[in-house]
Amino acid sequence: MKSYRRRPGRLLGVTLTNAFMWLLVIIVVYPIIWIFINSLKSNNELFLNSFGLPSKVMFSNYIDAWNQGLSSYFMNSIIVGAVSILFTIALGSLCAYGIARFEFKGKNFIFYLILGGLLLSPQASLVPLFRMLDFLNLYNTYWALILTYIAYRLPFAVFLMHSYFLSFPKELEDSARIDGCGSFTTFTRIVLPISKPIVASVSIMTAIFVWNEFVFALVFVEDATMYTIPVGLASFKDALNTNWTAILAGIIIASIPIIVLYMLLSKSFISGLTEGSVKG
Amino acid sequence: MILVFVYLPVVQNFYFSFFKMSSYSPTRQFVGLSNYRMIFEDDVFYIALKNNTLYAVISVLCQVGFGMLLAIILEGSFIGRKLRVFFRNVYFMPSLLSVTAVGLMFYFIYNPNIGLLNGILERIGMGDLKTAWLGNPKTAIYAIIAMSQWQYTGYIMVLLLVAIQKIPHEQYEAGEIDGASSFKKAIHITIPGIRDMIVVCTVITVIGAFKLFTEVYVMTQGGPYNRTQVLGTFMYRAAFAYDEMGYGSAIAVIIFSITFLASLVQIKFAYKGRNN
Repeated sequence: MKSYRRRPGRLLGVTLTNAFMWLLVIIVVYPIIWIFINSLKSNNELFLNSFGLPSKVMFSNYIDAWNQGLSSYFMNSIIVGAVSILFTIALGSLCAYGIARFEFKGKNFIFYLILGGLLLSPQASLVPLFRMLDFLNLYNTYWALILTYIAYRLPFAVFLMHSYFLSFPKELEDSARIDGCGSFTTFTRIVLPISKPIVASVSIMTAIFVWNEFVFALVFVEDATMYTIPVGLASFKDALNTNWTAILAGIIIASIPIIVLYMLLSKSFISGLTEGSVKG
Repeated sequence: MILVFVYLPVVQNFYFSFFKMSSYSPTRQFVGLSNYRMIFEDDVFYIALKNNTLYAVISVLCQVGFGMLLAIILEGSFIGRKLRVFFRNVYFMPSLLSVTAVGLMFYFIYNPNIGLLNGILERIGMGDLKTAWLGNPKTAIYAIIAMSQWQYTGYIMVLLLVAIQKIPHEQYEAGEIDGASSFKKAIHITIPGIRDMIVVCTVITVIGAFKLFTEVYVMTQGGPYNRTQVLGTFMYRAAFAYDEMGYGSAIAVIIFSITFLASLVQIKFAYKGRNN
């Protein structure tokens, strides 16, 4: 309160700043709401009036979108995502733990080799990867996506988990060892349970990555039945050219899982994103 | 595994860029540097390079510059504590959506007949500005760039926000004793305090700009008349639409060189930030 008296212009500043921030909220949220409202209209109504509220709410658009392929894109994304997360966590944590806790020859070299993966952009590898997957008979399979996703997420996972493992006390593991646990048991019984926050962050980051990844999913998979959500949604644009409202419904359906996940777990989200500082 | 799927392809990519080859024929023909010569004689390459650069410059100004302003406002005393979290979450949200979903959304918003943008322009009496945003060669690339600002400014803002929170409180208290205004505190304490993070954000944004692909692929596929081609779509078109894999690899080498150099700068500053 004291500061109000000190600076008379402050109240004006506060009001203007808040108004400005609310304006930005409208700019961010209104397009999404507009898409949502229109996704509930019939195609006819959409073309006559894309601004009003729907005269009759058409949830059938959502059913159309779901039946016209979105259900299988969803399944594909979930399968590819689950397997990728599982392996990224398993391999990433073992690798990070080994490097954080044990001394061995070439340790630093291996660590930098893994981190170096962060520097390489997937686009530069598109042609060779395509040929390699074709050669291995993996082209157009789930494995084409799973293997490349894991390989490109591992550096990031190791990077985050390594600094986390370094940050907690060794004594806990020492006492487990005195109780007769081997290294691996110590790892699964003691280390992993206390590492839940970092495991959560890495899982969420991997989940968003897989859910939204486009380039690999476009190039390494050919069959429409194998499409993950982003490529499937893009293919909607061509396939359903006359059925706009179903495309809009598809956009909303594809976005819901990530938004719900974010609302539930926004803390792990933010820490994962900021620690990683990598876009896309 | 990282060796096989991450490093090997990069090396192979360099190797392939010296050949003329297609996806289904087993033979390849060594052509030396001629793929690179072809790139530098290709008009589309210069359009793409210009578009990537334009995207990078606008994104740095908007996402890092404006994002920083938002971060400073949110951490300042003008916004209430609860609203702060609300604003942060709302601004951040678009960056979680897939580029495909956002791309289709804006494809629709930019629609000349029923789109939101033209509708609003008409309602506020600026109907003269109405155009087919993605069909008009003059506006198409800007329409795509604008969409990315909508999507990512909040993301960069959050990165800067976290950096601001790490600045020791004593510095601000000292500033208050000296009677510094909010503006002065922002200039003399906040911005120097997050300098490394600003560099990191700038580099991330530049790397993102040169990796650009999905936005363009979903919205315009490089059209109209190649006016929205970027290096990513240019490479994709060469390698997978025209089946000129060697040529595509050579373009990929150029993308790789730009993003790799930028990444080195990022690592340098990210580590510096951690150690301090």
